Amino acid sequence: MGNLLNISSSPHVRDNSSTKSIMWDVFFALMPATIFGIWNFGVKAAILIVTCIATAVLTEYIWQKAMKLPLTVSDGSAALTGLFLALNLSSTFPVWMAIIGSIFAIIIVKQLFGGLGQNFMNPALGARCFLMVSFAGQMTSFTYDGVTGATPLALIKSGDDSTKLLDMFLGTIGGTIGETSTLALLLGAGYLLYRKVITWRIPVCYIATFAVFALLFGGHGFDMMYLAKELCGGGLMLGAFFMATDYVTSPITPKGQIVFGVLLGVLTGVFRIFGASAEGVSYAIIICNLLVPLIERVTIPVPFGKEGIKDGK
Amino acid sequence: MSEGTFRGGVHPYEGKELSSDLPIKTVTPKGDMVFPMSQHIGAPATPIVNKGDQVLVGQKIGEASGFISANICSSVSGTVKAVEPRMLLNGSNAMCVVIENDGNYTGIEGLGEDRDYTKLTGDEIREIVKEAGIVGMGGAGFPTNVKLAPKEPDKIDYILINGAECEPYLTSDYRQMLECPDEIVGGLKVMLKLFDKAKGLICIEDNKPEAIDKMRAAVSGENRIEVKVLKTKYPQGGERTLISAATGRKIYSAKLPADAGCIVDNISTVIAIYRAVCKRTPLITRVMTLTGDAFNKPINVNVRLGCSHADLVVEGEGFKQEPAKIISGGPMMGFAMFDLNVPVTKTSSSILAMTRDEVAENEPTPCIRCGRCVEACPGNLVPQKMAVAAMNNDYEEFERLSGMECYECGSCTFACPAKRPLTQTFKQARQYVMAQRRKK
Repeated sequence: MGNLLNISSSPHVRDNSSTKSIMWDVFFALMPATIFGIWNFGVKAAILIVTCIATAVLTEYIWQKAMKLPLTVSDGSAALTGLFLALNLSSTFPVWMAIIGSIFAIIIVKQLFGGLGQNFMNPALGARCFLMVSFAGQMTSFTYDGVTGATPLALIKSGDDSTKLLDMFLGTIGGTIGETSTLALLLGAGYLLYRKVITWRIPVCYIATFAVFALLFGGHGFDMMYLAKELCGGGLMLGAFFMATDYVTSPITPKGQIVFGVLLGVLTGVFRIFGASAEGVSYAIIICNLLVPLIERVTIPVPFGKEGIKDGK
Repeated sequence: MSEGTFRGGVHPYEGKELSSDLPIKTVTPKGDMVFPMSQHIGAPATPIVNKGDQVLVGQKIGEASGFISANICSSVSGTVKAVEPRMLLNGSNAMCVVIENDGNYTGIEGLGEDRDYTKLTGDEIREIVKEAGIVGMGGAGFPTNVKLAPKEPDKIDYILINGAECEPYLTSDYRQMLECPDEIVGGLKVMLKLFDKAKGLICIEDNKPEAIDKMRAAVSGENRIEVKVLKTKYPQGGERTLISAATGRKIYSAKLPADAGCIVDNISTVIAIYRAVCKRTPLITRVMTLTGDAFNKPINVNVRLGCSHADLVVEGEGFKQEPAKIISGGPMMGFAMFDLNVPVTKTSSSILAMTRDEVAENEPTPCIRCGRCVEACPGNLVPQKMAVAAMNNDYEEFERLSGMECYECGSCTFACPAKRPLTQTFKQARQYVMAQRRKK
C-alpha cells in the first residue's frame, strides 16, 4: 500500500462554527451598543474601550508567554472581556484604573483559574465588582452632557421619575458606556438569538422574573411606566442578554438555565428594590455564577426514553 | 399528516447530490472473494468448507455458531483457496473463507426461483431468513431472524422500515427506494405476515420527495402499510429517534424496539428478506455508494459481498485526487479505513473518499461550555459533563450522567465549536465500563 490514509474516530465532519466565530458574533452583536456609547459619551468612551481591549489582550498574551502556555489571544475571548469591562464603566472613569481592572479580569478572574472555559465568574463583571469596591467614587460618578448626576435608575429609586421613558429606551441618558441604550442592546440581542449564539432561556427568565418581582415588591403597584423604566434602566438589558448568557459562567443544562434566569431576576429585584444602591445586575450575576455548579448538579436532564422511569440502581 | 421528528440532532452538509441521481449499477469486480466469518453482531460463523472445495453462488460456507450469529453464503462460484485469518476493515484479523472466482456464477439449485410466501408459516419464514444469513444492513449487523422472533409477537404494533438514510453522502437506500419499491413492499409484507396486528411504516426523511412519491405509489392499496414522512435531521435514522419520531414511543439502552412494540429494519435488509423468501436468494449482494469529492465518478453499485474495496474503487474510475481520508459508512458514524484491501461485508454501506480531513484540520481547543453539545444530543445527555468525567477516569460520575445511554451518533462532536473529540472519549469510556461490567 502506498500512502497511509488519515484515520480517526467518528464523526469525520465538523460544523463550521468555532470558538473564534462565536466570539466574533458576540463582538459584532455588541457593536450597536458600543457605537451608541461612543456617540452618547464622546471620545472619552472610545479611549476607555480601546484601552480596556488592548490591556486585556496584551495581559493575556504576556501571561501565556510567561507561563509558556499555548497562545489563545486570537480566539477573541480576551478582547471580548476588555470590551465588556469598558461597556460597564462610566465614561469619566480614569484610564489607569480601567487598566488595572482589565488586568484583574484577565489574570485574577480568568487565567489563575485555568484560562478560557475554567473561570467560575464572568471576568468583566468580576473586575467591575473589584473596581466598585476599590474605587467606589469613580465607579458611581456619571456625567451626561457635562452634568454630573445620578443615573435615571437612582432617580427613580429616590422617587424622582422625571426621566422620559423614550430617552431611557433610546439611551440618551447617563450611565455606563454600554448600558444606556435598550434599543441598541436589543438589536445585538436579536442578532445573537438569530445566530443561535444564545437561547431565550436565561434572558427571558431573568427579565420576566425581575418584572414580576418589581410589580409585586416595587411599591408602585401595577404601574407599567415604572416597570418599563426599571427594565430599560441600569444594566439589566446588557446583563440579561450579554453577561448572564456568558457560556463559561452559566449553566449548561437547559433546566439549569431557567433556574439561573429566575434566580437572577429575584436577586436583581432584591438588590434594586431593597438594597442601598439602585443597581443590582452585576452582583446578581456574579453571585449566580458561583451557584452554577450546584444548579447544574440538580438539573441534569432525564435521558431520552427514561422519562418517568426510576433508575433501577 | 404532521412530519415526525425528535429533540436534538444536527444538520451536517448532506452531500447526497453527488450520487443521488445515479442509477444503481451492478458490478462484478475481478479478484478473489474474501468472506469473513464475522460480519455481524454475535458469535462468528464456523467455516463449513475446506481448501480445495468447489462452491456455488448462494452456497452456505459459514454456519451460524450460536443463537446470535449468522450464516455466510458465497456470492460467487469457484474454488476455496484458503480458510485463514485475514485483515478486516477495522484492522483486526478474523477467520475468512477465500474463494477464487471462476467467473461463471453457477448458482445452487433453485437459486432465484419464485416462492409464494403466503403458503409459508411464520417459523418457515424465520428459518429462511436465518438460512439466508440476513443481518441488519444499516450498520449494526444484528441477525434479522432473531429480531423477527420477539418474546411476545402479539405485542408488535409497528414494523418500521428505516428509509431515513440520515447519514450524509449515502444514497444507496434512496436509490433502492426509487428503483425497487416493489421489493421493499414485498419484504415488508413478508414481515407483516409474521405479526398479524402490526402495521408497516416506511419512514423517509423529507429531503427525499421522489422516494416518498415512489413508495407511496407502491403501497397504494395496501391497507396495512403507510409511508411516514420524517423531518430531515441527523440522526433521524437511529433506532431510538426513528421509533420516537414515527410512533411517539420511546426506548432507552436497556430496552429493545420490541419493548415499544416495534421492529425496525433498514431498506436493504427488507429487500434481502424479500429476495430470500420470495426469490430463493440468500444475502450475497448489497448496494453501496462510492462517493466523496476524491472520486472521479461517484456511483451507486450493486456489489457481490466478499469483493475487495480496492477492486471496487476502480468502478468509481479511481480517484481524481489523493484522498485524505476514506470512510466506510457515513461521515458521522462511519469507520476510517487505513487500507482498501479488505473485503466488502454485509454492513458495508459505502466508500466515502474525501480530499480533506476536517478532523485533522481542526485542533481541539478548550471547552467554552457553550452547550451546543447539550442542544445537539438526541439522547438528552450532557456531553460536556460526561467528557469531563470520562477524561478524569471518573467512570462512576460518567454513569451517573447516563453516559451509557450514549449511542455514539457523533452529533455533539459535530456541533462542538471547540472541535473537541467528545464521541471518541465516550467510546473509550463506554468500552471501559462495559468491560468492567462483564468482569463482575
